[in-house]
Amino acid sequence: MSGEANVRTLTVDGEEISARADQTILEAAREHNVGIPTLCHLEGLSEVGACRLCLVEVKGARRLLPACVTRVEEGMEVTTHSPKIDRYRTMILELFFAERNHICSICVANGNCELQSLALTLGMTHVEIPYQYPQLPVDASHPRFTVDHNRCVLCTRCVRVCSEIEGANTWGVMGRGAQSLVITDLKEPWGDSETCTSCGKCVQVCPTGALFEKSSVGSKVRKHPEFLPYLRIMREEDQA
Amino acid sequence: MNVEELQQIAGSAQEEREKFDYEVNVCMGTSCLSQHSDKIRDAIAKEASACGKSCHVRRTGCMGPCAAGPMVMIEPAETRYGHVREEDAKDIVAALGGEPVARLDPQLGSYFEGQNFVVLENVGHIDPEKIDEYIARGGYEALLKVLTEMSPGSVIEQISKSGLRGRGGGGYPTGLKWDTVAKVKGAQKYVICNGDEGDPGAFMDRSVLESDPQRVIEGMAIAAYAIGANKGYVYVRAEYPLAVQRLTVALREARRRGFLGNAICETTFNFDIDVRLGAGAFVCGEETALIASIEGKRGMPRPRPPYPAVSGLWGDPTLINNVETFANVAPIIRHGGEWFASMGTARSKGTKVFALTGKIQRTGLVEIPMGMTLRQIIFGIGGGVADGRKFKAVQTGGPSGGCMPEEHLDLSISYDALISAGSMMGSGGMIVMDDTSCMVSVARFFMEFCMTESCGKCVPCRAGTVQMFELLTKITKGEATHRDLDRLTELCEVVGATSLCGLGQTAPNPVLSTLRYFKHEYLAHIEEKRCPAGVCEFSATAADTRRGEVHV
Repeated sequence: MSGEANVRTLTVDGEEISARADQTILEAAREHNVGIPTLCHLEGLSEVGACRLCLVEVKGARRLLPACVTRVEEGMEVTTHSPKIDRYRTMILELFFAERNHICSICVANGNCELQSLALTLGMTHVEIPYQYPQLPVDASHPRFTVDHNRCVLCTRCVRVCSEIEGANTWGVMGRGAQSLVITDLKEPWGDSETCTSCGKCVQVCPTGALFEKSSVGSKVRKHPEFLPYLRIMREEDQA
Repeated sequence: MNVEELQQIAGSAQEEREKFDYEVNVCMGTSCLSQHSDKIRDAIAKEASACGKSCHVRRTGCMGPCAAGPMVMIEPAETRYGHVREEDAKDIVAALGGEPVARLDPQLGSYFEGQNFVVLENVGHIDPEKIDEYIARGGYEALLKVLTEMSPGSVIEQISKSGLRGRGGGGYPTGLKWDTVAKVKGAQKYVICNGDEGDPGAFMDRSVLESDPQRVIEGMAIAAYAIGANKGYVYVRAEYPLAVQRLTVALREARRRGFLGNAICETTFNFDIDVRLGAGAFVCGEETALIASIEGKRGMPRPRPPYPAVSGLWGDPTLINNVETFANVAPIIRHGGEWFASMGTARSKGTKVFALTGKIQRTGLVEIPMGMTLRQIIFGIGGGVADGRKFKAVQTGGPSGGCMPEEHLDLSISYDALISAGSMMGSGGMIVMDDTSCMVSVARFFMEFCMTESCGKCVPCRAGTVQMFELLTKITKGEATHRDLDRLTELCEVVGATSLCGLGQTAPNPVLSTLRYFKHEYLAHIEEKRCPAGVCEFSATAADTRRGEVHV
């Protein structure tokens, strides 16, 4: 990876930074302590560019671009925060909050929820659009874990970690649009799943209170998604 | 296959035709077939053999004026009959060579005036399942010429010169797209034909596939040669069973004649095509979702770049074009890029097929040169608004497009003019609305469509369309306030700017365009609790909400 050809110089919010050619805007920005909000992104998993919170302005691009999948380019001029972008992000967060049931005070993830922290960071103090409150099921058939679809933001981290890291492919998505649901196997109860290894990775990577361990009581449900990059490095070393 | 063999096939097909004094072409497209045109064909054939008239009865694809169906056309006189029934067979056969049957006159008026057939040049003249009839009308000349006389580079040059732009809606220059894929290095490349036509009221691709499938196959083969692909897919919706059947037969015929398979036309060029059926998701018309669907995955779009030209099907360089785009390729090669570029406007060349529907006298399939005005199409070809009512708006571009009012009737049709008028070319749906259409309800109808067709991957589209749909419903019920209208406008901006794929990015367009031209209707609903078109009723029951929907 050495050699000057692999280095790109770009401007992020007016600051000139350098990055490796294979890095995304998000990676480069975070390395230089520039905060870009994300929800579906998780280090160690593939990118889907679905939550739209990491959209940034790139000079010359016709549209806003998701920082998590856009590669750095020489001379790129990136703006990560502007009144317009901040307004869009707040609105997107409101859409998340209004979509299902995200009442923090009665959620197991209260205090340890990425959606909640995003609202705090971005200053989204209240939701102006009507709450949808669909009546969605809760599946507590698994001996150790529970899935509460009312808290799910459909980031598909569980689907990706199950497929890419555990290799079990238990999780999937069914339905479309607002009717989408994450499911285990062919929508069988989680407890009946023959593919689930009960490894609990999905629970650890879930950003909200949608997936949680049964023993957890409110505010004790701290999750540890940071294991992923280490696991990946260990595996790569194993293979080498 | 070489030039002599091709000419021989064309010659013998022509001889076959000349054995008969008359040809009776019966439209057997989906629309006419639904009115039992197959029985009409049988009746005419029976009658003809009973009278001993020398006449060939042929099944053809859609002839265009669907409203006058079932259609029958007599050649060589080019007499058209409309609203034909089985009982008319006797009179039709008796009238061969004499005066046409007056009562079957389809009253087409100026339907064909100003139309210019390039994509539809064979429509109504050939049996879509007989490859030799296609060859007799110049079919596969272009492929043979390309393979034996032209380099891939010069093929792309002709396409670029023609100024052809993507007919699926976006209008991306076709030559540029081909050139990009051709330049990407890769041992394996693919050609995909996008036939996942899903706009409400649109049926251009279906008609082309039903009427002249060989043209699409030839276009794909030429594209494959130009970019260096050896495998193609046609992605058609499963809701088009007749198109799928005719395409499948056409592929078999093309293989039999040696236009698909290995060593095509005695060259080193290998190419074959498979059919993939869509499972009823509108979003699969989006190219990355379509690719995912072919791969057997959930049909969901992914962020671009990388574009399919670089990393498409199974990660290989892939060319995706619409059915109509491929249908334009063979004529361009046959007559040259300049010929094509001589039609149309400065930046939109050639012709465009439109499916003319809605509150119009003569609905049907039309092909017009770019630059024709909306007025010429609606009041000339289409014969004006039906039932003597007043014209209100014309909608193009499906759920991604917009509604244009009377002031824009003199707009010349081109990609850029439609976009600047707040609509878009889209794949070619054109829906005419009269003064009984409530524009808020129209916007609500399209929003409901986008809401139910959203794949659910990105949140602005998944949740934003739901919120916008509810706000529009509130307006049609007379329960909305000015604050709701502001919120609707804001949601339009956010969903349009932040959605992942074209479906969400363009979902606000029907709302934005109706807000631009018909804001008074929104305000009448909000301020006066009154629907100017008399469609919406202002009480909160579910039945009233349903009545507020538009039927197009």
